[in-house]
Amino acid sequence: MGGVRFEHRYTYRKAVNIIMLSTTGLLTLLALIPLFWVTGYVIVKGGRYLDLDFFTRLPAPLGQPGGGVLHAIEGSILIVALATLFSAPAGVLIGYYAARHPNTPLGMGVRFATDVLSGVPSIVVGLFVYGVVVVRLHTFSVLAGGVALAIIMLPTVIRSTEEMVKLVPPSLREAALALGAPEWRTAISVVLPAALEGIVTGVILGVARAAGETAPLLFTTLGNDNFEVIRLAKLAIGVGASPWEIARLILTQPVDALPLTLWKYSQQPYPERVNQAWAIALVLMMLVLGLNLMARVWLAYRRRR
Amino acid sequence: MGQQSNLKRFWRHGDALWEALLVALALAFLVLVLHIGWMLWQDSELSRRAFGWRFLIPTAISHWNPAKGLFQAWPSIYGTLVTSLVAIVLAVPISIGIAIFLAEICPPWLRLPLNYLVEMLAAVPSVVYGLWGIFVFLPTVAVSAGNFLAATLGKVPGLMALFHGPIPTSGLSRLGASFILTIMIIPTIAAVSRDVFLAIPREQREAALALGATHWEVIWDVLIPYGASGFLGAIILGLGRALGETMAVTMVIGNSVEGSYSLLRPGYTMASIIANEFAEAVKALHSSALMEIGLILFGITLLVNVMARILVWRVSSRVPGR
Repeated sequence: MGGVRFEHRYTYRKAVNIIMLSTTGLLTLLALIPLFWVTGYVIVKGGRYLDLDFFTRLPAPLGQPGGGVLHAIEGSILIVALATLFSAPAGVLIGYYAARHPNTPLGMGVRFATDVLSGVPSIVVGLFVYGVVVVRLHTFSVLAGGVALAIIMLPTVIRSTEEMVKLVPPSLREAALALGAPEWRTAISVVLPAALEGIVTGVILGVARAAGETAPLLFTTLGNDNFEVIRLAKLAIGVGASPWEIARLILTQPVDALPLTLWKYSQQPYPERVNQAWAIALVLMMLVLGLNLMARVWLAYRRRR
Repeated sequence: MGQQSNLKRFWRHGDALWEALLVALALAFLVLVLHIGWMLWQDSELSRRAFGWRFLIPTAISHWNPAKGLFQAWPSIYGTLVTSLVAIVLAVPISIGIAIFLAEICPPWLRLPLNYLVEMLAAVPSVVYGLWGIFVFLPTVAVSAGNFLAATLGKVPGLMALFHGPIPTSGLSRLGASFILTIMIIPTIAAVSRDVFLAIPREQREAALALGATHWEVIWDVLIPYGASGFLGAIILGLGRALGETMAVTMVIGNSVEGSYSLLRPGYTMASIIANEFAEAVKALHSSALMEIGLILFGITLLVNVMARILVWRVSSRVPGR
């Protein structure tokens, strides 16, 4: 009697086991549907409208077909390059400090602030940079966009540097110190190079994140259909401007970026613009997912060795 | 004498300078983060003076009227809360399922590719989700789900306010925004929960298996209670992401202040109202009110993230010898 009931109970438990375990697999599939749906749609739809003009021409007048998004491509490159320049060196040093002093008040403060900053909504970062940079310079600019994206990138760079520096064996550092190298020399020529691959991966992930961000650019770079670096530079050289003045001219222009242009185009009633929005989405996806995949595969490969 | 030469050597080495540089950068970073809060506080002064606590309290939902100089944050706070909560409710079972599959069940050869795919899901730029949402996802999935909800729950007396229709044919609505948010926060919750599972010591599983538990019973009765605070942390971290998500939501929520609480109608969130109106806010009071919304958003996400970190840290610090 008891044995039969036990058998029943056992069958029931086995059934629950199988059903629930397969449910988790199904849920994983379910969650990946949007990824394939988005990617597939963007490739099909965006691929159709991607041509050479897209990369080499400025936007056509509203409602007319043709034209490209050269202004946004140049803008994105400039803003992201500037953001990397601002955030990577500082972020690496801050991350190094946090790794070397994990238990001092300042070290803990830095780690806490990193967590806080990575949770701050990007739109709030946009508001902040508007108040701090745009209001003071009296103009929306490449510079302000660079600062905004640098703030977005900082937590990624700091955290990955911190983790990678912690993985460097202490014996390496001690060996350098025992040979008489000062602390700074040890950091720059021994510890940081040993952690370099991880740090670079962190920076690439930061760049990938920054390149896809729109919200922080809304009120820092605003947008500019006629932004073209080479034309600006020629104009400036024509009136005999020094390189410093040319750089200043370019950095203080309002500017578009790919995600920002995508957003604007998606809101417009002109089908040509919406089509181009899909093409921008394809370029962005390739860029962002490509960088991400590259960084992660590389890191996994190095770790296994 | 000897001490002085020590000091000299110290300076010649440059270590003091190096240390000073690091400390200065670290301090500058702290100041930067504090300054974000401080600047929002200062720039919202006009609005805080004019409206006081009235800015925050629940009111009729249309009390946001830039033309009349009437600003109350409640409509957008409501939008943020309701979309984020619906997204969490939908995302949690799916994410925990993924975490279980990735950490406990999936064969090793599948683990790495699946991890990548989940991370790709998180890496898709928010504007791309928005674009896909407007033109593909909302008109199909959100509209049919909305019509279904309006026809069923919308008829139930207590729930009418939340589910009365009709949903716009474009699908632009709080429900649409919740769906997109769900997709966007799943990777966050799943990845952190997976790490929580992986951090649970092996002995816990072996002990339960030795007592005759099935694989599922190990997961459900042993691992999930053991890592409970970590999972809670993962969920709160996802909540933090949902609360602050801007572009995708701005593109799909319809951006309107019509006086309805329904999930099936368009609305605003705190982030989307800033994104949508700040560039056009001419009046000082208008931009100040938007700054105050930014301040509230900053405060809420700060609180949520700190809470989440503490919870996750409590599980991983309990693990012996790792």
